Amino acid sequence: MSEPSKPQGRKFQLPEHLKEYKGIWVIVEQERGSVHSVSWELVGEARKLADKLGVEVGAVVLGADSPELNAICGDAFTYGADVVYKVTDPVLADYRTDPYTRVMTDVVNTYKPEIVLLGATTLGRDLAGAIATTLATGLTADCTELDIYMDNRSLAATRPTFGGTLLCTIQTLAYRPQMATVRPRVMSMPDRDDSRTGRVVEVFPALREDDIITKVLSFIADREQNEAQLAFADIIVAAGKGLGKPENLKLVFDLAKVLGGEVGVTRPLVQAGWTGFDRQVGQTGKTVRPKLYIAAGISGAIQHRVGMEKSDLILAINTDPNAPIFDFAHLGLVGDALTILPALTDAFGKRLSVNRLAG
Amino acid sequence: MHIVVCIKQVPDSAQIRIHPVTNTIMRQGVPAIINPFDLFSLEEALRIKDKVGARVTVLTMGPPMAETSLRKALSLGADDAVLLTDRKFAGSDTLATSYALTSAIRKLSEEETVDLVFCGKQTVDGDTAQVGPGIATRLGFQQLTYITKIESIDQGAKEIVVHRRSEGGVQVLKTALPCMITMLEGTNTIRFGKMDDMFRAARYGLKTWNKDTTGAEETKVGLKGSPTVVSKVFVPKPRAQKATMVEAEAPTAEAQAAAAVDAIFGAQPKLADELLARAAAGL
Repeated sequence: MSEPSKPQGRKFQLPEHLKEYKGIWVIVEQERGSVHSVSWELVGEARKLADKLGVEVGAVVLGADSPELNAICGDAFTYGADVVYKVTDPVLADYRTDPYTRVMTDVVNTYKPEIVLLGATTLGRDLAGAIATTLATGLTADCTELDIYMDNRSLAATRPTFGGTLLCTIQTLAYRPQMATVRPRVMSMPDRDDSRTGRVVEVFPALREDDIITKVLSFIADREQNEAQLAFADIIVAAGKGLGKPENLKLVFDLAKVLGGEVGVTRPLVQAGWTGFDRQVGQTGKTVRPKLYIAAGISGAIQHRVGMEKSDLILAINTDPNAPIFDFAHLGLVGDALTILPALTDAFGKRLSVNRLAG
Repeated sequence: MHIVVCIKQVPDSAQIRIHPVTNTIMRQGVPAIINPFDLFSLEEALRIKDKVGARVTVLTMGPPMAETSLRKALSLGADDAVLLTDRKFAGSDTLATSYALTSAIRKLSEEETVDLVFCGKQTVDGDTAQVGPGIATRLGFQQLTYITKIESIDQGAKEIVVHRRSEGGVQVLKTALPCMITMLEGTNTIRFGKMDDMFRAARYGLKTWNKDTTGAEETKVGLKGSPTVVSKVFVPKPRAQKATMVEAEAPTAEAQAAAAVDAIFGAQPKLADELLARAAAGL
């Protein structure tokens, strides 16, 4: 274990011309009228940082004008925004890198926020990489922790690197805005406050569809594809190599069904072809934060751990009492997952049906 | 058609060390491989070459030892390889790296116009996923990230149709060349090299370029050209408390399961209420 090295860069003083950059922005990710929950998590986080700095929280909502978009603007206030930048144009109806980059570059250059946050999703990481280049500023990817160094009011963005074996804190000192993408479900969801309101700044970028080379031919929603929706599941029953053979996955599916949850797996199981990539939890798969995570036959390798350790409650089942999973699970059960899983399915089933009879 | 595939040599294992003074990663002594995410993009480029004919150039920026990764790519079927190496590039963050790589792609385009650039979705060491978008933006190429499938590519019309993963589904996009593509992992399997290509790779005279070859400005590369500063590197704190072991009344699976359910509902009474409510509603 190495000692944390001393933070550098705290003494840095911001050049005068960059001091006009003020406020913390969140680019709200909406596709087809629904907002990715990471955007509200970030508005909540931005609120905390902004209160430290004594500045405003701005939420940028982009899309084609619609009642749904207006509702999203209202939601932004209830989660903690002070200002909503409502950027509307028919060209922005579907996400495409080019028009979104053009518009965001202009809006940032006009209103000059000091910090711009996005979710570390396929949209957020695509857009952030492009905007940081047009703005020629610093961007820190896939953060798990944000803070402000008050010495010079700079953003300290902490992210795992080398697959989670190390954490590093990154700063953007002599450039503005400071940009970061943040992993979904790492920051907690803020409580709604329906009494909150704020200013709406409307932006009409006047884009021309003819200028945009990339066209969206169609959209195949996952809902129609039977893909697992792990990122939003409240309960996940996950399986690792300890299950022995693919047939035994049925045991986790049975338990997940009783609990109304989803099934997750570790990377080796996906690599061995037991199930699809959509169920992989971990560094190269999904980051999840369910209320209950049951890890069956999972040793707890760091690559898996980084994807699920923020779960509210982790129950680990493993035959090896020294498995690393017991170092960070909340509840542990030493035993064979193959016999305990069906017993758990029965036990939960009974507990839940007893209540149904009683009610 | 000219395709450039950007690859990165990365350390193969988690046994890495951090320089105590500079806070930079010490790569010495750790086996090096091609970033696994890059292989999906390389394979896709080679498939386009097989299908419609193309010249595939692999490009990497890194220390001289990165040559081995370029030879590996040549052995898999790439036609040409460029090693972009210069002490002045050391310490480059993603903005500076995309600038340096772009300068090399521009130079490659002088020889034969580049129609497609492939990058890995992200690297396994940095995990930023920023260099590809940086290159696309600088070149003014259409940016296609997280691609799951290249549906069609029409050289004559310079049109390409791809499937792009988004959070809620898959976008089917049609766009014009030139573009920059990053492939999603698991979308293909890297081929085995042919004997001919392996022999060719071993003796191939690959190009070694530096800052001056590509005309990259010194102020835009290395630490000078990097807006971000690593201010702290540290090992994650282990969670202070280990798991509470569930104690069962008997050593049977039934007793253990019952005790586990009690423990779960004890720790999360709200969850118990929710589940019971759901069950009561017959869901």
